[in-house]
Amino acid sequence: MDVTRREFLVISGAIGAGLTLSSLGVDLGPAKAFAAGLEKVNQVKSAKQSTTICPYCAVGCGLLCSADAKSGKIINIEGDGDHPINEGALCAKGASLFQMSANNPSRLKKVLYRAPGSDKWQEKSWDWALSEIAKRVKATRDKNFIEKNAKGDTVNRLEAIAHVGSAALDNEELWPLQAMMRALGLVWIEHQARI
Amino acid sequence: MTNHWIDIRNSDCVLVMGSNAASNHPISMKWVMKAKEKGATLISVDPRFTQTSAVADFYTALRSGTDIAFLGGMIKYILDKEKYFKDYVVNYTNAAYILGDKYEFKDGLFAGYDKDKRSYNKDTWAYKKDAKGNPEKDPTLQNPKCVLQAMKAHYARYTPEMVSKVTGTPVEDLLKVYEMYSATGVKDKTGTILYAMGWTQHTVGVQNIRAMSMIQLLCGNMGMAGGGVNALRGESNVQGSTDHALLFHILPGYLKPMLAGQNLEAYLKSGTPTCPDPRSVNWWSNFPKYAVSFLKTFFGDKATKENEYGFAWLPKLDPGQNCSWLNLFDSMYAGKIKGFFAWGMNPACSSANANKVRQGLAKLDWLVNVNVFDNETGSFWKGPGMDPKKIKTEVFMLPAAASVEKEGSISNSGRLAQWRYKAGNPPGDAKPDGDIMLVLMNKIKDLYKKDKAAKFSDPIVNLKWDFADAKGHFDPHMAAKEINGYFLADKTLKDPTGKELQFKKGDLVPSFLYLQNDGTTSSGNWLYCASYTKAGNMMARRKKDDPTGLGLYSEWAWAWPVNRRIIYNRASVDLEGKPWDPKRAVVKWEGGKWVGDVPDGPAPPMGDKEKGKYPFIMKPDGLGSLFGPGLNDGPFPEHYEPLECPVPENAFSKQLINPTTKIFKGDMDKYLTCDPRFPFVGTTYRVTEHWQTGCLTRWQPWLIEAQPQLFVEMSQELAKLRNIKNGEKVKVSTVRGEVTCVAMVTDRFRPFKLGDLTVHEVGLPYCFGWITPKEGGESANLLTPNVGDPNTMIPESKAFMVNVEKA
Repeated sequence: MDVTRREFLVISGAIGAGLTLSSLGVDLGPAKAFAAGLEKVNQVKSAKQSTTICPYCAVGCGLLCSADAKSGKIINIEGDGDHPINEGALCAKGASLFQMSANNPSRLKKVLYRAPGSDKWQEKSWDWALSEIAKRVKATRDKNFIEKNAKGDTVNRLEAIAHVGSAALDNEELWPLQAMMRALGLVWIEHQARI
Repeated sequence: MTNHWIDIRNSDCVLVMGSNAASNHPISMKWVMKAKEKGATLISVDPRFTQTSAVADFYTALRSGTDIAFLGGMIKYILDKEKYFKDYVVNYTNAAYILGDKYEFKDGLFAGYDKDKRSYNKDTWAYKKDAKGNPEKDPTLQNPKCVLQAMKAHYARYTPEMVSKVTGTPVEDLLKVYEMYSATGVKDKTGTILYAMGWTQHTVGVQNIRAMSMIQLLCGNMGMAGGGVNALRGESNVQGSTDHALLFHILPGYLKPMLAGQNLEAYLKSGTPTCPDPRSVNWWSNFPKYAVSFLKTFFGDKATKENEYGFAWLPKLDPGQNCSWLNLFDSMYAGKIKGFFAWGMNPACSSANANKVRQGLAKLDWLVNVNVFDNETGSFWKGPGMDPKKIKTEVFMLPAAASVEKEGSISNSGRLAQWRYKAGNPPGDAKPDGDIMLVLMNKIKDLYKKDKAAKFSDPIVNLKWDFADAKGHFDPHMAAKEINGYFLADKTLKDPTGKELQFKKGDLVPSFLYLQNDGTTSSGNWLYCASYTKAGNMMARRKKDDPTGLGLYSEWAWAWPVNRRIIYNRASVDLEGKPWDPKRAVVKWEGGKWVGDVPDGPAPPMGDKEKGKYPFIMKPDGLGSLFGPGLNDGPFPEHYEPLECPVPENAFSKQLINPTTKIFKGDMDKYLTCDPRFPFVGTTYRVTEHWQTGCLTRWQPWLIEAQPQLFVEMSQELAKLRNIKNGEKVKVSTVRGEVTCVAMVTDRFRPFKLGDLTVHEVGLPYCFGWITPKEGGESANLLTPNVGDPNTMIPESKAFMVNVEKA
């Protein structure tokens, strides 16, 4: 029986883990492992590498991310041996960073909305959600904006909306984020550094 | 950090106090251990024997909330035994200043206390001034009213015996630590302090850190390689988010807040300190350049000289208005806040007295929760004790990209801004935060442009919001360049050597030295000016040359300010600019210029009588502050008990708690001190496997397998007292709330002996919450009190009173 490599992989890929006898009646276990190994070697060889910095504590350890050249999916994350602070070493959290990537099935993937009094989430589109949030921001702001304080001094501020966050964002996001909140007039602007 | 992670290896004595570096900043220990290999001493002081203690040369315990007593004893020891570095103290600190006649300290209170307002009139702490307005000085340090002598008088009460009675630390252990650490008070030895939330989360948090800063000044450790005051910050970019002012009390680059009644001129004046002493650089005298450049980035061409660069468009605080965290949630709980953004944060678990936060969320009209995973904040309406039917809050949960799914920079604890790249796509509809805010603000702008009757639309429509690339996506490079700043007109300027430089409109500003106060430059944050220049993105650099051999790695990424790796480094040299210790020369003055690290300004060392400048350039008077008249709770750190404490009296004075602490008085603001129902000291901490509230790490199988559930750690003695066995289910409660968890009975906690009194302490990690894992337990912040430090309002999560009993 002739089996091309492609067909072989299709067949072997269809076999559940732990099953050693294929529908062809031969033991494909070792062959499957070998083929999977080859695939992995090729995947790693052609993977696109990029550097990143750990998102947890503020030591600032370096990591190397590898993404599959075809799918763009991250296939591995490990310590960056060239990084002068961690020299490749990582703590338990940093070494698990792969599990925060898209590979984690628990990641939030949809925009969700919970209506007043409801006991469930509804999936929504970005356009709907951001348009609705913009409307609420405007309505709350226009109703509650404070132009002058009790003394009669101009203050142009808004105390009916508050913002917290975030030490987890990039600098390039943080500057615009504070600008947006201050342009709206917010004074309740806080984040992790306060707690 | 004044210094940086790798620099820890240059230290002779590493004190880890108020932090457990080995568990919470594990890789920092690489450099601690390198220091140890070279002969350094590692000291761990912690209520609990931690992973850091396990590798320390010396460990001792103190009761949570008594650090000032411990450190005050060290200050007394250093002064009594004259262990301080005299040349440094006389020339580089305010030790010689003469205090004014109104200053006094009596039975726990400084001069100027107002009992009703629970605050001080700080004018009573002013120095005696000479005819020019400079403080009078006594360089011999003998005048009984000089700072050094006042300090000596203040800490005379902090004898080892008194300190021991308060902290529970044995006298011989205190003396051992004092002796080891004060050995760095010579010119060729340095000591460093690694602290974290163990010091900040107290009603005396700022003064904890000030006490240690005073020790660092006394020992001449500021500015030195292997020295400094080093906060081990807990989130990857909490340095950057502080720098960019996601805080009510500052604007980006630590610019002063804008206040009611000010116009631009008054505002600029409020941020520009003056100093009559020509030998002080007084760096903040540049404030107007940074403030106007900030406004130019904010409003672009719409900011003109005529409209005061849009100053009127930005919100103004009332004088004294405090919009910090605890007040924010107090206002939310009172129903005054209608809309709320929780962006990359989980306050339902991270806030002290988290129950009050959760109740506050139920009073909102709408909540926007942006995060990578579901969390207790976004899903608060289905949490324990909540009835969704009765909660009207609309919730928008927006899925964000993770760090490896977008591009941009983060700033580590050592002020090092490092660039990271996008490695893969986010799952499903998740988007980078930058894209979310870009689109949202465009929609808000559109609404305001369309509605001519809208309220005060100027700041919204005039906000310069150019962060989109050709495809409409958020472009971090555009934002990085805006943060750095541009020339907005052709300019001819001189560099510090007097050389003429030509700049064209549209050029990136190469350094904040060239920022202008006339609207001809922009810079979103002056501290980051020089991070993205004509030479490229400095934060993305990866060169590892190390000419000083000290591990500065000056061409690896970029550190603020102006790539200086050790700040206050001009204090590391003598008056002639020669390093105190040539073996670790951070900078030195050679042939009329500085070599080594980027110096704190180009001025010559102080020995140059004409042009020489004092080293602490960010202080108006240029000197390190042993006496600190700027804080709200006193110019010298003084021991006060935590709001909830196990002792009826403060052994040091009649003031039991910090006399300037704000006490909330609502129905959810409950505190009990010395109450037999809550007899044990409680504290919170972290574990290596989880990050903060666990809102990212509790969703990761590898990590949750390693640390699956909430526990309370207690001593063998306390377990025996309460008949609790290791592994049993127990209930931990405070007057505010309770959690059920597993008892972890260890030798790591030991009862404290406070004179005749025995005090037990327990600790819980705060990384759990109801949403996941299902049997993981709740947030330890249901227990902690919502009371804050009078300067920062950081909650006292590290010392409170609990009960522990079998569940």
